[in-house]
Amino acid sequence: MSAADTTTPAKVPPPRQAPPPVTKRPTAGRGTKGTAATPWLLLAPCLLVLVLVMGYPLLRLVTLSFQKFGQSQLWGFQPAENVGFDNFTAVLGDDEFWTVVIRTIVFAGGAVVLTMVIGMLLALLLQKVSGWLKTLINIVLVASWGMPVIVATTVFKWLFDTDYGVFNALLSKLPGVDMVGHNWFASGPQGLAVIMLLVVWGAVPFVVITLSAGLTQVPKELEEAARLDGAGAWGVFRFVTLPILKPIIVMLTTLSVIWDMGVFPQVFVMRNGHPEAEFQVLNTYSYDRAFVVNDYAQGSAIALLTVLLLLGVVAVYMRQMLKIGEVE
Amino acid sequence: MSTATVAKTDGAPVRTARRTSRLGWNLIGLLVFLTAGFPLYWMLNTAFKPAKDAIDPDPSLLPTGLTFDNFSRALNIADFWGPVGRSLIVSLAVVLIGIVVGTLAALAISRFAFRGRKIVIVGILAVQMVPLVAMIIPVFLLLNDLGQYDRLTGLIITYLTFILPFTVWTLRGFIVNIPRELEEAAMVDGCSRTGAFIRVVFPLLAPGMVATSVYGFIQAWNEYLYALMLLSQKNQTATVWLGNFTTKHGTEYAPMMAGATMMAVPIVVLFLLVQRKMAAGLTAGAVKG
Repeated sequence: MSAADTTTPAKVPPPRQAPPPVTKRPTAGRGTKGTAATPWLLLAPCLLVLVLVMGYPLLRLVTLSFQKFGQSQLWGFQPAENVGFDNFTAVLGDDEFWTVVIRTIVFAGGAVVLTMVIGMLLALLLQKVSGWLKTLINIVLVASWGMPVIVATTVFKWLFDTDYGVFNALLSKLPGVDMVGHNWFASGPQGLAVIMLLVVWGAVPFVVITLSAGLTQVPKELEEAARLDGAGAWGVFRFVTLPILKPIIVMLTTLSVIWDMGVFPQVFVMRNGHPEAEFQVLNTYSYDRAFVVNDYAQGSAIALLTVLLLLGVVAVYMRQMLKIGEVE
Repeated sequence: MSTATVAKTDGAPVRTARRTSRLGWNLIGLLVFLTAGFPLYWMLNTAFKPAKDAIDPDPSLLPTGLTFDNFSRALNIADFWGPVGRSLIVSLAVVLIGIVVGTLAALAISRFAFRGRKIVIVGILAVQMVPLVAMIIPVFLLLNDLGQYDRLTGLIITYLTFILPFTVWTLRGFIVNIPRELEEAAMVDGCSRTGAFIRVVFPLLAPGMVATSVYGFIQAWNEYLYALMLLSQKNQTATVWLGNFTTKHGTEYAPMMAGATMMAVPIVVLFLLVQRKMAAGLTAGAVKG
């Protein structure tokens, strides 16, 4: 993920400028021969594509995870046979799976917290700096947001290169630090920290820009009033700014969780297409099972478990989206 | 600068206090600017410096010279224009189909009240939430069965599923902001519903459609995993092309940064353009005041 991944800035609706209340709700197809069928006709092509290309594979993902499906089934030498919950018991009984789950949660959790905190701080900072600097920072933020994930990953790989990486050289300039030739990817935690940095770097701009837009909607009078009542800077933020921004923050956090749990190319490309055991997160683990070990069924089971793990977060996100949808 | 104008109205002690605090914030801001921009700067810096300076354990932070050798090396290391052409075909096809199909669907859910509308909205949102990576296995098997493996059409159809929900949802946002009254006025004046759409809504929606298309284009262009899995080496797209610089013998970083620059600059420029339009499209109302 990253920001420039599958989703979008525009999904976050413009901070509420309530349109004039619609008193009379125009009925379907008013003024034409159009009937209740019109909206469905308009929707048909879209639904068709989604059902065929998304619905079918989704079903297949479920059925696949209850089958035995390996190389010989792929080539059609053997029919896929039903094995019930075997794949799930195999996966859930595997200690490695649980290590990967915990690693993924720690990784995503760390990335989300860092993204949100840094994003909030930067959004607040942008209100304090001079206009020219604000423009400069905004340009850098939008540019790094727009960077293709693959390019960003490649650049970070270069920054943290063992022999010629500029990061090691810069660190070694600090007194008492010698990082020349340090291999950041020799150990899982350090390597994942670098990848987390990459993810956060890519995700922060979206958060800053959305929160900045939200901050302009906070009425100055409210802040003023709080200040007159004796609130300090923290008090104003805690009791005025934060509650107003809450819907945006909930949405950004849930989106970040979904994106950061779904990190794939960053890990995959950073480790040259073959992440070591210490670098596996749920997505790469599922990919590995399917396409490296050639056990498509277990890979699907892992993918399905990942989706289930995310379901709670998705529910919160959707509720928020629908709430905002009703406001409009 | 702006500090001075603000401070002018204040008393002398307040002025100095404000000025120092503004200076402090600006210093932090400058630090943020440098840190956040460094990866971008280093990409460009490496791309344009002589390859031998790139492999220096103690690299100079400032440019050491200007050369285009890395770019010509990047173009020669593996066919560049083939992947770029394929990426263009795929992304353009996805965007064209996506915008037509998406506009129709967006109109349906934003301008019509019908039974099941909410379910459709929830469905479209839900589809967007399905992690793409989880779908790679069944999609791979499906395209394999249909004989669409290693075909651009397979990739186009697959990309449509993640471009469409986003397109529908964004366009819905644009349409909702166009006052219904405009359409109604046109219909009172004798337009049919379709006529009202073509003459009134469509012109107002056009900037939003452009912005959404460009954004969708960027998404499709940047996609990596499906491009890697669904196409073979000889049909690789631009994002996969960038992997060619890493071989068993190591990585050629300077040409790789040149390649990264070629990939990133057009996309970043497009992105900067849309950013503005997206914001404008979302806030500008047709009827003001």
